Amino acid sequence: MSTQTKRRGDRKHTPKTKMIGLYKRAIQDAFHKLDPRIAVRNPVMFLVWVGTIVTALVTLDPNLFGTVTADPNQQRLLNGLITLILFFTVVFANFAEAVAEGRGKAQADSLRATRSDTMARKVLPDGSTQSVPSTALRRGEQVKVIAGEIIPVDGEVVSGIASVDESAITGESAPVLKQPGTDIASSVTGGTRVMSDELLIRITADPGQGFIDRMIALVEGAERSKTPNEIALTVLLTVLTQVFLIVVATLSPLANYVNTPTTIAILISLLVALIPTTIGGLLSAIGIAGMDRVAQFNVIATSGRAVEACGDVNTLVLDKTGTITLGNRLADEFIPVNGHSLDRLATIALASSLFDETPEGRSIVQLAEKLGAKLDFQPETTEGVEFSARTRMSGTNLAHGQQIRKGAVDAIKGFVRSRGGSLTPELDATYERVSKLGGTPLAVCQDSEIYGVIYLKDIVKPGIKERFDQLRCMGVRTIMLTGDNRITASVIAQEAGVDDFIAEATPEDKIDVIRQEQSQGKLVAMTGDGTNDAPALAQANVGLAMNSGTQAAKEAANMVDLDSDPTKLIDLVTIGKQLLITRGALTTFSIANDIAKYFAIIPTIFSAAGIGALNIMGLKSPQSAILSALIYNALIIPALIPLALKGVEFRPLTADQLLRRNILFFGLGGVIAPFIAIKLIDVILPFA
Amino acid sequence: MLQGWIQIALTLLIVVLITPLLGGYIARIFLGERTPLDRLLSPLEQIIYRLSGIPVETEMMAWQYIQAVLFSNLVMAVFVFTIFMFQGLLPLNPTDLGAPTWDTALHTAISFITNTNQQHYSGETTFSYFSQVMALGFLFFTSAATGIAVAIAFIRGLTGRPLGNFYVDLILSITRILLPISLVGAVVLMAAGIPETLSAPVIVPTLEDPTVQQAIALGPVAHFEIIKELGENGGGFFAVNSAHPFENPNGLTNLIQILAMMAIPTSLIYTYGIFANNRKQAWLIYGMVFGIYLVFIGVATIAEYQGNPAVNALLSSPQPNLEGKEVRFGWAQSVLYAVTTTGTMCGAVNSMHDSFMPLGGAVLLANLFLQIIWGGQGTGTAYLFAYLILAVFITGLMVGRTPEFLGRKIEKREVVLTSLLILLVHPIFILIPGAITLAFPEQLAGITNSGFHGLSQVMYEYASAAANNGSGFEGLADSQPAATALWWNLSTSVSLLAGRYIPMIALVLLADGMSRKPVVPMTTGTLRTDTGLFTGITAGVILIMGALTFFPVLALGAIAEAFQIAGGI
Repeated sequence: MSTQTKRRGDRKHTPKTKMIGLYKRAIQDAFHKLDPRIAVRNPVMFLVWVGTIVTALVTLDPNLFGTVTADPNQQRLLNGLITLILFFTVVFANFAEAVAEGRGKAQADSLRATRSDTMARKVLPDGSTQSVPSTALRRGEQVKVIAGEIIPVDGEVVSGIASVDESAITGESAPVLKQPGTDIASSVTGGTRVMSDELLIRITADPGQGFIDRMIALVEGAERSKTPNEIALTVLLTVLTQVFLIVVATLSPLANYVNTPTTIAILISLLVALIPTTIGGLLSAIGIAGMDRVAQFNVIATSGRAVEACGDVNTLVLDKTGTITLGNRLADEFIPVNGHSLDRLATIALASSLFDETPEGRSIVQLAEKLGAKLDFQPETTEGVEFSARTRMSGTNLAHGQQIRKGAVDAIKGFVRSRGGSLTPELDATYERVSKLGGTPLAVCQDSEIYGVIYLKDIVKPGIKERFDQLRCMGVRTIMLTGDNRITASVIAQEAGVDDFIAEATPEDKIDVIRQEQSQGKLVAMTGDGTNDAPALAQANVGLAMNSGTQAAKEAANMVDLDSDPTKLIDLVTIGKQLLITRGALTTFSIANDIAKYFAIIPTIFSAAGIGALNIMGLKSPQSAILSALIYNALIIPALIPLALKGVEFRPLTADQLLRRNILFFGLGGVIAPFIAIKLIDVILPFA
Repeated sequence: MLQGWIQIALTLLIVVLITPLLGGYIARIFLGERTPLDRLLSPLEQIIYRLSGIPVETEMMAWQYIQAVLFSNLVMAVFVFTIFMFQGLLPLNPTDLGAPTWDTALHTAISFITNTNQQHYSGETTFSYFSQVMALGFLFFTSAATGIAVAIAFIRGLTGRPLGNFYVDLILSITRILLPISLVGAVVLMAAGIPETLSAPVIVPTLEDPTVQQAIALGPVAHFEIIKELGENGGGFFAVNSAHPFENPNGLTNLIQILAMMAIPTSLIYTYGIFANNRKQAWLIYGMVFGIYLVFIGVATIAEYQGNPAVNALLSSPQPNLEGKEVRFGWAQSVLYAVTTTGTMCGAVNSMHDSFMPLGGAVLLANLFLQIIWGGQGTGTAYLFAYLILAVFITGLMVGRTPEFLGRKIEKREVVLTSLLILLVHPIFILIPGAITLAFPEQLAGITNSGFHGLSQVMYEYASAAANNGSGFEGLADSQPAATALWWNLSTSVSLLAGRYIPMIALVLLADGMSRKPVVPMTTGTLRTDTGLFTGITAGVILIMGALTFFPVLALGAIAEAFQIAGGI
């Protein structure tokens, strides 16, 4: 996991240079967000904002809400300081949100740079081309794009073969080959550049609704709506705020009754200290940062809801090829038959694959050379025979007319029989054995003599078994889908450590598996790229489409992976969980903090009631206690911004282990930390 | 000292032994399984169903259930109010009592229908035997049964079952639980010396001066007493409640009363365990509540045992605080009774809570604030699980999944309902009227003690009303004909109604919503709620939430008073 993650982490959308400007802009935005129309969206911080205004008023006139006995100038100073701290509490919360948003905006800017209003060559029905602005293009029309030009809008290749540089959206510098017909390679994205040759493209999206446009809107947060979980948490925080509003509002008559009257500024300070400003101020930043973390993995999520759903996923439905295995079968072993020696078989196998440029062929050559096999003829004198679906074999014709072939065992048997060769049961036994091991047996022959079998093995990606173990620990089940037969599938499944597998799977099986899991109340995530994956991607709770996939797949999915790496689904589960954990941890921390704030403020402001002994922190004076608690309350927000943006470190542990760790750190820590911090601030403050 | 601790320990041991028996029995009743009394009671219930026309088989939807609760309770309250107002015309009125003032009648009707039994009157001089038995005694059964029915509906919903039929559950609660235990209990209490008679008060010459005559109030007390305790009602037949020698004459009756108070709230937790098929969780929660309960008993007992330093200085030896306590019960049985009655929302008293040491009083107040140290008849158990849901929501995120309880996701609706139920209703209907009263102490309160203690007295009254407890710190001029009685009767009525029905509506809606949610299967990634760790976290959430809301009231009331007394002022 580590090496892959690091590689991905390094390649961020936001260039480093822009980060400095980002903070500048965030500071500006923090003040812009003081606009009451924006501020009211966050009820907790809005209340602090209202409190700031009231304390500002009593700074101007301490007797505004009834005569205060203390020295008015001292009152003014205290009220002024309270106002200042409250104001910065609001600004810090705004800043946290602005920083998180800023990262998305920076990303959007770099995406927007790729979108240009260039001229495009629209192909008219008569076949001639006409130069039009790209914004005038409409869905269904066709355009011609030649080397060096930017593809104006999203579309499907109708004809032509060309290499396209998609680095603008994927960050991958190697160009990709685009051609018509095939599901995957025929879709092109607006904003990418044709490097060679030319393409005729049928437009699939109107301008402004293309893939990049949607991406920009999403990362900018323009379409960001609160997720269900965020809404539920906001409700809880609002109720808590109302509770404390009642507690503090009713405190005044209580205090008067026992002859320890207090001022409105102090009551507001108490209120702000008690309401959950820490989580209230960081909540939206956590959500935005979650989306951003996904984006840094080069995945575009269509909504925050999709990211959260990742954390809840119970089952991953994974394609074998490309996700669990490397995608190519590689030669693992040569098994001689009919009494031939291993060396002889290696030599024949080497000769058979001389012209085979497929990864399988290359791996056969590699294995043969490793075994010391050498050609006993001049390669120039020979002629390659390409694989065809009809013959199901490939090979080499030697100068003297010998024909060396390798291919499916059935096909080779036919080839040998047609040349009068005899077949032995040993071959069938070997074939069975290799099949049972989950491998693909290829027979090798020269003319009428079979020399043996090449064991082609599906190579499970390194480290994937450990990832699945981690997932299992987190309670996520993995199901492997493969077109292979049961035996092959079961071997790979065991080797990779998946929990279940479906062999000989059709695209319909995919959707059936998803429905079946969902009927048990589970959330299912899957990856896909082809058009026939689209229904399953739509059915799954989390559908991750490959950017190299078809438009249909991308539209059906709720996330698109720009790197087209299906293994990322596993990382997304982690990100989703991390997002929820961060939210829970900071909520717990915020509420736990209240104990210390109570112990700082109540005993000191009501010391006349004889409860000074509860001032266990030994704070100097009521003024100092209130200011210390408020300063702590304000500073904890920026102090936790990095944690909110980065997320609480996630380890693949069981729920109980995670809970124990986090409750110890954020729960108990949240109780203890403010006692220490408030005491420290109190010591530093010059107030007597 | 030791004897007192042994008394407490033995009583609690019996409680723990009763729990699985009664809890299992309650579960069997409401799961429709066979119970020993079937042959006797089934025909009786059939007759009731037929006469009342209850569609037995109909499962109620959430709002139907709520309507049934509210409608039935309204009808019963009006019925009882009418009896009070016309008691002068009704029979069984040997002392010829007339109608009480309208506000006393209203407050009493509301107080008893809400299972609170806050009394702003003296039973022996206000209500006739007819009113006591037919009105108050009637509500003893129905208000307790309403609580049990709602708790069962809540447990059903939480465990994925339909809510059931309110009327059927109400009747079953009475015929299968309250009535059989009360019948046996009343006979035992009679045997132990509690009167059960319809004869008029006995007039006797006093020993000091034979020319002065004293009326000894009597009445049908024994049957009244057992359901008073068993149903967490708590309204005394006489003014001084279970401190009266005819309500609670000796150690045996005191023990029976404590056990009766504890029996149903403790057992319902076990009943949940059977419904959820998770007895481990039930015992863990039971253990958590028991733990807090023990701490509370410990604090109050030590405070009372050490006594008042000012009094001890006069006596020149440390003595337990016996002010306001019956000598026949002593400090141990008085403290246990007080902590239990405030914890279970019974509200019966065998000692004067007002006279407790400040920390003892703080414990009683804390019980009213938290509402779950066993909690009210049915509602306490439901609140407990609402707290659990809240704890799941706050901390459950920390395992990286949308929080779920019993496999059902906790979403906006659940958070709205639980936080409203647990966090908001209680402070609103305690702190706001309390603050208003304290803002105008002369005009509204009529407080006997000023300062910190007066603050506690006022807050206790509203906490007792909102928590549907009914006990009083007393010391307030809250009975007619005091000038402040009208304010007390009306303002506490608001707290009584809000504290009873808003949470009940929320509970039913919560249960209904939970029962409809798809169940997410358990995996190792699921937060288990039946572990010691999670139960401990729940305890933390309960204490922190309770402390955060009511810390100022305790600080400016009981805690300040404790420091004051310790400082010898």
